[in-house]
Amino acid sequence: MQWEVVIGLEIHTQLATRSKIFSGSSTAFGAEPNTQASLIDLGMPGTLPVLNRRAVEYAVRFAKAIGAELGERSVFARKNYFYPDLPKGYQISQFELPIVGRGQVEIVLEDGSVKTIGVTRAHLEEDAGKSLHEDFHGMTGIDLNRAGTPLLEIVSEPDMRSAKEAVAYARKIHQIVTWLGICDGNMQEGSFRCDANVSVRPLGEEKLGTRTELKNINSFRFLERAIDYEIGRQIDVLEDGGRIVQETRLYDAERDETRSMRSKEEANDYRYFPDPDLLPVVLDEAFIAEATRDMPELPDARRVRFQEQHGLSAYDANVLTATRAQADYYEVVVAVCGDAKLAANWVMGELAGALNKAGRSIEDCPVPAPALGGLLARILDDTISGKIAKQVFEAMWAGEGDADTVIEARGLRQITDSGAIEALVDEVIAANPQQVENYRNADPARRPKMIGFFVGQVMKKSQGKANPQQVNALLREKLGG
Amino acid sequence: MSLSSDDVHKIAHLARLAVSDEEAEALRRDLSNILDLVEQMGAVDTSAIEPMAHPLAMNQRLRPDEVTESDRRDLYLRNAPAAENGLFLVPRVIE
Repeated sequence: MQWEVVIGLEIHTQLATRSKIFSGSSTAFGAEPNTQASLIDLGMPGTLPVLNRRAVEYAVRFAKAIGAELGERSVFARKNYFYPDLPKGYQISQFELPIVGRGQVEIVLEDGSVKTIGVTRAHLEEDAGKSLHEDFHGMTGIDLNRAGTPLLEIVSEPDMRSAKEAVAYARKIHQIVTWLGICDGNMQEGSFRCDANVSVRPLGEEKLGTRTELKNINSFRFLERAIDYEIGRQIDVLEDGGRIVQETRLYDAERDETRSMRSKEEANDYRYFPDPDLLPVVLDEAFIAEATRDMPELPDARRVRFQEQHGLSAYDANVLTATRAQADYYEVVVAVCGDAKLAANWVMGELAGALNKAGRSIEDCPVPAPALGGLLARILDDTISGKIAKQVFEAMWAGEGDADTVIEARGLRQITDSGAIEALVDEVIAANPQQVENYRNADPARRPKMIGFFVGQVMKKSQGKANPQQVNALLREKLGG
Repeated sequence: MSLSSDDVHKIAHLARLAVSDEEAEALRRDLSNILDLVEQMGAVDTSAIEPMAHPLAMNQRLRPDEVTESDRRDLYLRNAPAAENGLFLVPRVIE
């Protein structure tokens, strides 16, 4: 039987505020346990939550970025469940009236086509604390530093039809929230968490199959693998005549499989009701204007501008706008050297390769953008060849200074003195009589290929410093034909 | 509206309350009476009225995003029945 896969994602993004959503505690990651947990975060009687303005502003920015309806009036609700890392016995969330309504994003599929994925809603809520299950004399340790950290939970429509589409969508949301600066996007630290709702149905069937929810996924690679595993598992169950149980499953990266969490009875009976401690949030035009005033140019707009303004291919423009830091870096390089295509090749080639190898991000690149632009300018004004530029780049990476300093210190300036090049050409011709004869006897159509040998010899003698165009011209002249 | 004994036990379980069968019967009657009272309001036509989220006709005030709390962990941990290494300890949670 042909099966159709249906996937929806719930993405929890931690908003990059300094303080928590309802208290003045710090949200900094990695502090000593419980040093950032105030009476409000501990759920002590008599405390009251007060909403953080910036969390609301960030939600508004996200809404604008995905063309979503903004709930003019949104309401906080209590989601009731018991777990030790949720001290109040309820999570303050939003239910009927979320702050961000329906929107959409576009993803680019492997074949280059564009697909629109609906965003159902996004709502503000508080994060829970952490349970540490290491053995404390048979007890569980609770760290409430994370309790009350603001989250924007972004819920998609069940619009994705493969694990790859789900990953493309998750990456798109990641790109948008980091680009806007509303989330640091760090998946290892849990700032960006994906849960996937996965079901399958016979192709052509309207009714959705029973879904399972996959949790505990902390990278895009694992997201793809977890979904692919789960699709296979569900199809196996159905083809063996079984049925799918609606449940939460944890992904185990080491075994590459999903496992049923002990299904909790009435787990979904959260008995939401409006939180009487918080009043409705009303967004007026002035607030929205203020929140979105310094919104950056968005990735899709920038990608299109790169194509139009810098004459880049859709592919190059897409790669260069993967992150805002990379797009900013690229534009500085272009501004300094003046050649958009050369800049693109270097940022995506040499620079990306070096960053990848060193495991560094462009934010802490040892070669700043103006310095790379300066290096490319020396290729463009013929001070050095592209090949020598790679040597210079390595030296700059190692901290030997800017391009001009390295070129001078290492004596890499290109030889453009035609007398000096002529002498090298003569030496090479004299040293290779057999190749010269072969060349002169060859079919003229084959000669352009054969000249490469002589160019290589001259470049070698000059330690790569001879101007390649001059070498070519002189060789053709001297070899004749 | 009349609740069943099972309804009462389910609600009690969700709230993690231990309720005996005798208590459940008393609660069943009380809760059913409360629901009947609420049901009487259903007689009023509210089709033109916007649902209310809060009895106060005010909007939520917002606070600036500033860290105003300092670390008072030691004080708060002293309030807990068990603590170690800066953590609150609770009966083991098995997932």
